[in-house]
Amino acid sequence: MPLATLPTLTPALPEIFLAIASMLLLMLGVFSSEENNTRTVSYASVLVLIVAIPFVGLVTEGRTVTFGGAFVTDTFAVYIKALVLVSAATAIIMSKDYLKIQGIERFEFPVLIVLATLGMMMMISANDLIALYLGLELQSLSLYVIASFQRDSARSAEAGLKYFVLGALASGLLLYGMSMIYGFAGTTSFDTLANIFHDAHGHVSVGVIVGIVFMLAGLAFKVSAVPFHMWTPDVYEGAPTPVTALFAVAPKIAAMGLFIRVMVGPFGELGAQWQQIIIFISVASMLLGAFAAINQTNIKRLMAYSSIGHMGYALIGLAVAGTAGDAALQALGVQSMLIYLGIYMFMNIGTFACILLMKRDGRMVEGIDDLAGLSKSNPGLAMILSIFMFSMAGIPPLAGFLGKLYVFQAAIQAELYALAVIGVLASVVGAYYYIRIIKVMYFDDPVDELDRGISLEMKAILVVTGVVIVFFVFYPVPLLTGAESATAALFHK
Amino acid sequence: MENLLVEYLPILIFIGLAVGLAVIIPIASLIIVPQKPDAEKLSAYECGFDAFEDARIKFDVRFYLVAILFIIFDLEVAFLFPWAVSLGTIGVFGFWSMVVFLGILTVGFIYEWRKGALEWE
Repeated sequence: MPLATLPTLTPALPEIFLAIASMLLLMLGVFSSEENNTRTVSYASVLVLIVAIPFVGLVTEGRTVTFGGAFVTDTFAVYIKALVLVSAATAIIMSKDYLKIQGIERFEFPVLIVLATLGMMMMISANDLIALYLGLELQSLSLYVIASFQRDSARSAEAGLKYFVLGALASGLLLYGMSMIYGFAGTTSFDTLANIFHDAHGHVSVGVIVGIVFMLAGLAFKVSAVPFHMWTPDVYEGAPTPVTALFAVAPKIAAMGLFIRVMVGPFGELGAQWQQIIIFISVASMLLGAFAAINQTNIKRLMAYSSIGHMGYALIGLAVAGTAGDAALQALGVQSMLIYLGIYMFMNIGTFACILLMKRDGRMVEGIDDLAGLSKSNPGLAMILSIFMFSMAGIPPLAGFLGKLYVFQAAIQAELYALAVIGVLASVVGAYYYIRIIKVMYFDDPVDELDRGISLEMKAILVVTGVVIVFFVFYPVPLLTGAESATAALFHK
Repeated sequence: MENLLVEYLPILIFIGLAVGLAVIIPIASLIIVPQKPDAEKLSAYECGFDAFEDARIKFDVRFYLVAILFIIFDLEVAFLFPWAVSLGTIGVFGFWSMVVFLGILTVGFIYEWRKGALEWE
C-alpha cells in the first residue's frame, strides 16, 4: 500500500467543521425530546454558522489549493463565504416564529439550511468543474427540500417541485457545458483551463465556446437572471417566507461568487466571447425586474422580481470584468459587483424581516394592501421598511444608491455606456414600485391593524440592517476594503 | 485532443445503433405485421376475465420509503466493490475516504431508525 498521500485539510477547515457539525445537529435533533428539539437545534445551528465565520476568516492573504487542486481558499472566497454565513444564520433566526405559527416546527429545517450553506461554501471554493458541480448540487438538493417544507400547503409543494424540475434542467445544461469544455480542452481543473486559454490567445475551438454558453445558461438559472428567471416568482411566493428570505440572499450571493470565479478564472482570457452574453442577460434582467414588478399585489412576488432586477445590476460588474486584456478594469468590475452584493444582502435581510412581521390575528399576511396605514398603527416598522424601500430604489444617501453608483461607474469606465444608461432608466422604473409600498403605508386608509409584537431577535436584525443601510455612506470602509482584498485574490496570482 | 475524441467514437456508434433500432422496430411492426383489429383483440386481457379494476391504484407510501432506503445502501455496496478491488493502489487516503463515507451513511441510518422509518407496524 502506498504511503499516506493525505491532502492538507487546513484550507477546507470551515467546510469540514460545518459537515461534522451538521451531522451532530441531526443527531442532536433526533435524540432530544420532541417538544423543544426545533428550538435547541435552531439555536445550535445559528451558533455553528457564527462559529464558522472566524474559521473562514483564518485566511488573510494568499491563495491555498488542496485536494489535488480541486479546492481553493483565498480572500475572495472569504468575502463571499462571510456574506453567505451571515445570511444563512439570520434566515434561521427569522424562521423561529414563522415555523411555530404555520405549525411546521421540525428540527430538520435548520439542519437543511446548514447543509445548504456547506454546499454554497464548497462551490465558492471550487477550483475544478467537478468540485463546482458537487457543491452546487449539495446546495440545490437541500434547498429543494426546504422550499416545500410546508408540505401540507399545495403552493409550497408546488414551489418545491417547480424549483426541483427546473433546477434539474439547469444542472443538466451546466453539466452538458462542462462535458463540452472537458471534451475540447481535456481538463476540468480551473488552473489548467486558464493556462490553456492563456496560451491560445483567445483562439479556441467552437466546442469550448458552446460549452461556456451552456455553463452560462446553467449559472444564470441559479442566480435567476433573465431569460432563466421563470421559476423565481412562483418559488418565492409558494415557499415559506423565511425560506424565501434565504433564497433571495445566500444562494444568490454564492452563485454570483461562483459566476465570478468561473468567468474571471478559467475563462478570463475569453472575455470577448462571453461579455456580450453577460451584457444581454444583465439588460434583460434589469428591464424585466423593473417592469414585471409593477403589477404585483403579493409582496413576496414583488421581491422576486426585485431580486431579478438586482441580479441584473450586479451582472453589470461581471460585464465590465469581461473586458479582456485590461486587468485594472476587470478588477474594478468585480469589486463593484462584490460591494453591490454586500449591500444587497443587508437590504434584503431587512426587508424580509419586515415581511415576516406582517401578521394579523396571529396569521401571516403577504399582500401589499395589508400594509395600508402601517404608519399609524406601527410607525417604527413603517419607517424602517421605508428606509429599505428607498435604499432598494437607489435614493441617495442610502447604501442602495452607493451600490448602484459603483456598478454604473465601472460600466462608464469600461465604456459600456448603453449598459449604464439602461441601468439608470430601469432603476427609475423600479423606484415606482418600491415607493408605491411607502405610499401604501403612509397615505392609504388603514385596513385592520397588523399585530404589533416584535421579538427581540427581529428588533436586533431590523436595527442592525437599518443602521448599515443608513450609515454606510459615512463609514463604507469595511465593505470596500473587504471587496478590494477579495478582488485582489482573483487578479494577482 | 484528437485522440481524446477518438476514444469516444464507440459511444457515438452505440448511440447511432440505439436510435436506429428504436426507430426501425416500431416502424417495421407497423408495416410488416398484418393489421386486422377487432373488438376482442383490442380489449384488455386479464387471465380470461374482464378487467376487474383500473391498474392505477393507490398503494401505501411506505413501499416508496423502503425503496428509497434500499437505494441508499444498495449504492453504498456499489461503491464498496470498486473500492475493495483498488484498495492496493488508492492508499491510506482512499481507505479513510471510504471510512468517512460509511460514517456519513451511518449517521443517516441512525436518523432514519430514530425517526421510525424502519417500522412497518
